[in-house]
Amino acid sequence: MTVALVDYGAGNLTSVIKALHAVGADVRLVAGVDGLAGADALVIPGVGNFAATASLGPEWRSAVLAAIDRGLPTLGICLGMQWLFEGSAEAPETPGLGLIAGRCFRLEGDVKVPHVGWNNLDRATRPSRLFEGIDSGASAYFTHSYAAPLVDDTAATTTHAVPFSAAVERGRVFGAQFHPEKSGATGLKMLTNFMRVASGAH
Amino acid sequence: MLAKRLIACLDVRDGAVVKGINFEGLRKAGDPAELAARYNEEGIDELTVLDVTATIEGRRALLDTIRAVSQRLFIPLAVGGGIRSMDDARAVIDAGADKVSLNSAALADPTLITALARIYGSQAVLVAIDAKRGADGFEVFARSGTTRVTREAVAWAREAADRGAGEILLTSIDRDGTRAGFDCELTAAVSAAVPIPVIASGGAGTPEHFADVFSAGRADAALAASIFHFSEHAVRDLKQFLASRGVPMRLDW
Repeated sequence: MTVALVDYGAGNLTSVIKALHAVGADVRLVAGVDGLAGADALVIPGVGNFAATASLGPEWRSAVLAAIDRGLPTLGICLGMQWLFEGSAEAPETPGLGLIAGRCFRLEGDVKVPHVGWNNLDRATRPSRLFEGIDSGASAYFTHSYAAPLVDDTAATTTHAVPFSAAVERGRVFGAQFHPEKSGATGLKMLTNFMRVASGAH
Repeated sequence: MLAKRLIACLDVRDGAVVKGINFEGLRKAGDPAELAARYNEEGIDELTVLDVTATIEGRRALLDTIRAVSQRLFIPLAVGGGIRSMDDARAVIDAGADKVSLNSAALADPTLITALARIYGSQAVLVAIDAKRGADGFEVFARSGTTRVTREAVAWAREAADRGAGEILLTSIDRDGTRAGFDCELTAAVSAAVPIPVIASGGAGTPEHFADVFSAGRADAALAASIFHFSEHAVRDLKQFLASRGVPMRLDW
């Protein structure tokens, strides 16, 4: 199974690559949309500012939407998940992919921001392929200041001052606000589940 | 609920862990990768590799160490010690570090904090502050605690956060190595002053000390080295103790 991993040219992909290898994936780093051809799955990582997604350019936007449209299993991590939404207060001028309704907002309240560390994933009542075999309440590692709202596609919720989408799932499109590559056995299990979807076992 | 983090610190010199380690069953005592894997199994929440090497040869060994440690670790890894430039930071991040910890270099050139945060994100930039009680309050020291600088710890923490640091790693020089407990007053003062998480370090000796620093000290995380080396189940036992005291802990791993 070949996973195309989007390379923004910023941020550190070492951990994501290592974790994908650990669950048996071949990883192809793609800096241009041509790299999507022939891939079995797409992973959009992301750390940094929401505006960083704009550095991918409009051709990425249409290529990713087209790939998802033809059923390519896709996982957005952290900022990569927020990109699935319509936009973010972090960079109001930068449009998201708009696959999922809603806009990301800044975490605020009587808590430390960024939200850094291990927090619980409370499963939504709907079924989820991403969370198969993972208990509700399992811990995952987060590091972010902006968060996605609760929506129909929310697969798991986490609370830091306010509840937000810790994971979303719609068809073959998945998103994780936390970092599965840094979330120990729970994270690897989730990546394994994603690879099962990619292999067509689901 | 966001758990309080326990962070194990490996002091590494020329590729080997230098503080005493009593774990049994390690193939090679002092091998950072072996120890990291062991801590990972024990449920540590995060790992910090602190390079105490002075030589160029040792710096190269550090990168090999980071690669070896990160291969077996699926939890966050921070690296500090001797990171003076963008190139130094890039080298350790490329080797597998998730976060870099800046200390003397940030004091010498605070713009380095912002420059690194712009490229790697604030979550990747820790500012380490070594503080000591003095006539002028909590005085800041550079170069492994040897050189006093004209800064006060709370103000410096605030500035570091403003400049883009994602976390503060706060070490009490007075308490470091004493096992007399964390400096809760120092930690609380800094934690109350900054919006970002504060990691307390220096003085861990008993489980009670951790309970104190998470309550009175308002710490978001606590870092220690030797206390985790005492016994095979030190991390697990400590987490269970803290959970029983009502401290939110990650207990599934």
